[in-house]
Amino acid sequence: MANKLILDIVTPDGHIFTDEVDEVTAEGTEGEFGVLPEHIPFLATLNIGMLSYKKGSETGYFFINWGYAEVGPDKVVILADSAEKSDDIDIERAMASMKRAEDRLHKTGKYDEARSTAALERALQRVQIAEKRQS
Amino acid sequence: MPTLSDIKRRINAVKNTRQITKAMKMVAASKLRKAQSRMLDMRPYADKMAQVIAGLSGDAEDLHPMLVQRPRNNIEVFVLTSDRGLCGAFNTNVMKAAERLILERRAESFNVSVCTVGKKAAEYFKRRNIKVRQAWTGMSGNLVYADVRKIAADIANHYMNEESDEVMIVYNTFRSVMIQDVTVAGLMPLAASEEQVKTDEPVPIYLYEPSQQAILDQLLPKNVEVQIYRALLESQASEEAARMTAMENATQNADEMIGTLTLDYNKARQATITRELMDIVGGVEALKD
Repeated sequence: MANKLILDIVTPDGHIFTDEVDEVTAEGTEGEFGVLPEHIPFLATLNIGMLSYKKGSETGYFFINWGYAEVGPDKVVILADSAEKSDDIDIERAMASMKRAEDRLHKTGKYDEARSTAALERALQRVQIAEKRQS
Repeated sequence: MPTLSDIKRRINAVKNTRQITKAMKMVAASKLRKAQSRMLDMRPYADKMAQVIAGLSGDAEDLHPMLVQRPRNNIEVFVLTSDRGLCGAFNTNVMKAAERLILERRAESFNVSVCTVGKKAAEYFKRRNIKVRQAWTGMSGNLVYADVRKIAADIANHYMNEESDEVMIVYNTFRSVMIQDVTVAGLMPLAASEEQVKTDEPVPIYLYEPSQQAILDQLLPKNVEVQIYRALLESQASEEAARMTAMENATQNADEMIGTLTLDYNKARQATITRELMDIVGGVEALKD
């Protein structure tokens, strides 16, 4: 009986993270879901958002930019376009891109609205996740 | 018999060439390192994706056109080459394999359309009067994912509009710095390329969120992007590796040539000295009488 999960985060830039953890929480397109060991095989699309894991008393956060989660009884594989550990997020850059995206949204018609909204969403999530580590 | 200064000039010319090939080798080596690490980083993602899709499509034969083998009439061949030459047999190998494939399929009376990446393939097929449907260039060296997305969208659309029923991709796979293999693989539909996807684990039955259909609709086009991206990275690493080897050989040949030329030069110099000495000795002998 497995009582650990292997969390594996893979992006086009390589393995970002591989470790044994106790619990994983991710943001699916249909809402947040949590995974514990012995989960039923499960495949979900992920939103732009946060992924967190618990390992003992330690909690880690990741920013996930679109992707898929494949869940098996003893593993969680995340295929993401890009992923960043909360410690690696550059808050200043995220703040700057948030501002840029907001400006673009105000000037309607000039920029692709869907793209600007997505950029804003990404920046917002990044800032929120980065703040997690400080608290 | 070439004169001394002729030989000297040739030696200098070869030395200059050697300097250039040496520099190109160094540049290729450093580019290779970059391309190789990008390619290696990409591999696990592409493999995982192929695995997920294999698990996903097991019981979903007819849920998505990319999973269904339509009756084959139109075949698209997608050839990856480089923009620049001087990289040994890198381009020739791919283009020959592609041309053979195209002619074979034409002989079997399929309609074949051709797409290319890189100037070399575009020029090659133009010379041979093979019509190229779409040619992308200017991507060697600075491959951006946005470009890959454009290419993948074009090829996927062509397939989804039923203008092509099968897409084959021809490119160099990077095995090692010395060895690059020409690979011919099926890109779409997935059934055609299934033998490459190996899963050791039994395929589990998944719970889907939002739904199998929705996930397939997203994942399959994404997969085309990823597989093309991977092929491009492989091809790029192979290009630099091939260039490095070719330039290494050129440098060695130049070394050899300089060796032989220097030998000739010394022989010629020796001959001149001997001749001059003979003249002097002859002159002295003549004066004696």
